[in-house]
Amino acid sequence: MKVILTGNEAVARGAWEAGCHVAAAYPGTPSTEILENLGRFPEVSSEWSPNEKVALEVASGASIAGARALCAMKHVGLNVAADPFFTMSYIGVNGGLVVVTADDPGLSSSQNEQDNRWYALHAKVPMLEPSDSQECLDFTRAAFDISERFDTPVLLRLTTRICHSKSVVETEERVESPVREYGRNPAKNAMLPAFARQKHYIVEKRLEDLREFGESSPFNSVTMADGAEIGVIASGVGYQYAREALGDGANFLKIGFSWPLPRRRIREFASKVKTLWVVEENDPFIETEIRAMGISCFGKDVLPVVDELTPAIVARAVLGKEPAPGREGEVPPPNRPPLLCPGCPHRGLFFPLSKKKDVIVTGDIGCYGLGSMPPLNVGETTICMGAGFSAAIGFEKANEKAGRNRKVFGILGDSTFFHSGITGLIDAVVNKSRSVFVIMDNRITAMTGQQENPGSGRTLSGEETVALDIPKICGACGVKDDNIHVVDPYDLKASAEAVDRAWAAEETSVIVTTRPCALLKNVQKERAGMKCFVDEERCVLCGACLKLGCPAISKRDGRIVIDQEACNGCGLCVQVCPKSAVGKKGES
Amino acid sequence: MNTKTTNVLLVGVGGQGTILASKILTEGLLSFGYDVKMSEIHGMAQRGGSVSTHVRYGEKVYSPVICRGEADVVVAFEKMEALRWLPYLSAGGRLIVNNHEIFPMPVILGQAEYPREIEKYLSASAPGTLVVEAAKTADELGNPRVMNMVLLGAVVKTLGLDGRDWGGTLRSCVPPGAVEINERAFAAGKTLLPG
Ligand SMILES: Cc1ncc(C[n+]2csc(CCOP(=O)(O)OP(=O)(O)O)c2C)c(N)n1
Ligand code: SF4
Ligand code: SF4
Repeated sequence: MKVILTGNEAVARGAWEAGCHVAAAYPGTPSTEILENLGRFPEVSSEWSPNEKVALEVASGASIAGARALCAMKHVGLNVAADPFFTMSYIGVNGGLVVVTADDPGLSSSQNEQDNRWYALHAKVPMLEPSDSQECLDFTRAAFDISERFDTPVLLRLTTRICHSKSVVETEERVESPVREYGRNPAKNAMLPAFARQKHYIVEKRLEDLREFGESSPFNSVTMADGAEIGVIASGVGYQYAREALGDGANFLKIGFSWPLPRRRIREFASKVKTLWVVEENDPFIETEIRAMGISCFGKDVLPVVDELTPAIVARAVLGKEPAPGREGEVPPPNRPPLLCPGCPHRGLFFPLSKKKDVIVTGDIGCYGLGSMPPLNVGETTICMGAGFSAAIGFEKANEKAGRNRKVFGILGDSTFFHSGITGLIDAVVNKSRSVFVIMDNRITAMTGQQENPGSGRTLSGEETVALDIPKICGACGVKDDNIHVVDPYDLKASAEAVDRAWAAEETSVIVTTRPCALLKNVQKERAGMKCFVDEERCVLCGACLKLGCPAISKRDGRIVIDQEACNGCGLCVQVCPKSAVGKKGES
Repeated sequence: MNTKTTNVLLVGVGGQGTILASKILTEGLLSFGYDVKMSEIHGMAQRGGSVSTHVRYGEKVYSPVICRGEADVVVAFEKMEALRWLPYLSAGGRLIVNNHEIFPMPVILGQAEYPREIEKYLSASAPGTLVVEAAKTADELGNPRVMNMVLLGAVVKTLGLDGRDWGGTLRSCVPPGAVEINERAFAAGKTLLPG
């Protein structure tokens, strides 16, 4: 059937068609929708795992036990899962194992722009790189076969444009592949040094076999154009951009099986063209290999490493064609940075924290990361998930050495707490940190579009399950009851008190907020009638409410206006108004 | 079917419903037999940031993104976003602007000013610019959220595809309870344009 799918939907469809039995992931833009879509197929047992390392280990166990398994993550997720990834390369598979990495050239939603193709080289596993949704489906299906044939995990490398672009796809039906026999085999599956050493020889040999296989892979293809002297070697969406920009004016070697690279085919192609160009996003991955082969080419000397490519960038580099001028705006309009939503529960704790002097806030990645923008300006570091807690510990130590009297608040969310915050908290308690550890529990993984997490009480398929109790976990990690402050962030006074008490404590303390994300369907339904409004008689235009940074409040034509469609009646503006000029209708 | 690729850029503010509108647009184009590619950004920008969706269709489409100066139609769900994305409009392109303002944080905080007389500037820079009352129309229909369908109706008309059958696509993309109001909004959008 002909349908139009995003790359992520096509990967899910391809895995299903290939008879995949088990899928595990932790959400992360741009990979999230892969598992969301796989979760709709009842034949596949799909789960949200607490983090990527757990997800890959779940998939690895399933594979060793004979099931076809898939694990998906955003690029930085593979850093977290790198430990099982490298050793699964040694162990290999029983049922096919496909690891999907979704990289983010252009950093549409990430903290760095790392190019995960190096992981394939580093872990010595084969890699496929689709350039549109049809290839996402085809390559995913093929990846399971390659995995089983060569006894190796396969890395499927996507990028944001591939994940989130839609194109036309021809789908097929699922081919059932029974779960394979499993027999105990420590020499294959238990990587003790003696076994692992033997395995390393096998991995090296496998790499050579894979290189040979790649030479004849249909995923690497040549298109020669009559009379064209330019040759382009391209992969991923870079190929589509090059085709768009150069049309029939160039010869193409399209690389879809992108590790190990097909050296003979590259050499042969290079010998037939006058000038050779390598078009790939971010790092010179293919280019490095080509140069190592002694073939000269144009690549990152003329194309950017940073940010996404576009057809215009390729046309300019290869053809010297100036991009269309477009029509310049007279003055560029003001920026429109992303914001905490109206009614966001994070705002209620950030506001009192923003008033506190002598405070350092180590932040993390989640919606609360947006608190570091004006006007709240809460948060000064963002490293990686979990670092909001652990970096606080180091900050405190350095402050002590420097004689700086500043209290450190480490901040992260519920999903991040389960992902990798708990270990940081344990470190804090055991090593006697006096910092404050804040868990912004909004009952969901919000930033990535509302995925369930171990605290939300539901599984990926929507089934009810236990909801872990965060304050209890903190207690079990050794934080004293007196030092655990549970607050409703819609209550500014209670939030401010909790901040003050934690600030003054001489031991590790914790603040847990309890309001769910304002965008949750049930929250929106419950609060649909709750709105705040300004009594213009009383309003003195002091602007105190504007300092909350709520996008529903603005000053227009000399009046403070609350957008009734956007407001969720959280009541923070009521509490900050010194003239009691903000009223609220619709009580909970 | 013309062989040239047509480029439609939908821009606005995260949460305005550009994603649903472009979904219906692409599904419809597919059902009419075009090759279609669509690209959008999820994630962080969805929290009230500036968002864009690229839709390209024709006989054979390679790139999923539209470059500056190449959009045949730009439809701005918010006025200031029209200014931001104006450089993407092609020389003979058509700009459709929703007469609707959403203040970004720098404006709310008084650090920047919301640009004045945007319509005037746009019309001078891109002759034929259409300012449409999609927000008002949606309000009048009783649901401000269907503004996206009003704009979709206007886009479909501009593309000359209003004679095609969009009903099935629309029904398959919105929840059953919301079909009627969305259909009405879509129809209203088509009438907002002259001709
Ligand atoms: C290793 C890693 N995996 C995934 C992500 C993507 N990601 C960023 S924030 C986030 C979840 C945040 O959830 P939570 O901590 O509950 O905060 P919320 O957004 O709900 O406020 C995820 C999954 C990431 N940045 N790094
Ligand atoms: S999605 Fe939820 S948690 Fe994120 S900013 Fe909006 S209300 Fe806050
Ligand atoms: S009650 Fe006030 S602070 Fe809360 S969402 Fe409405 S306008 Fe914003």
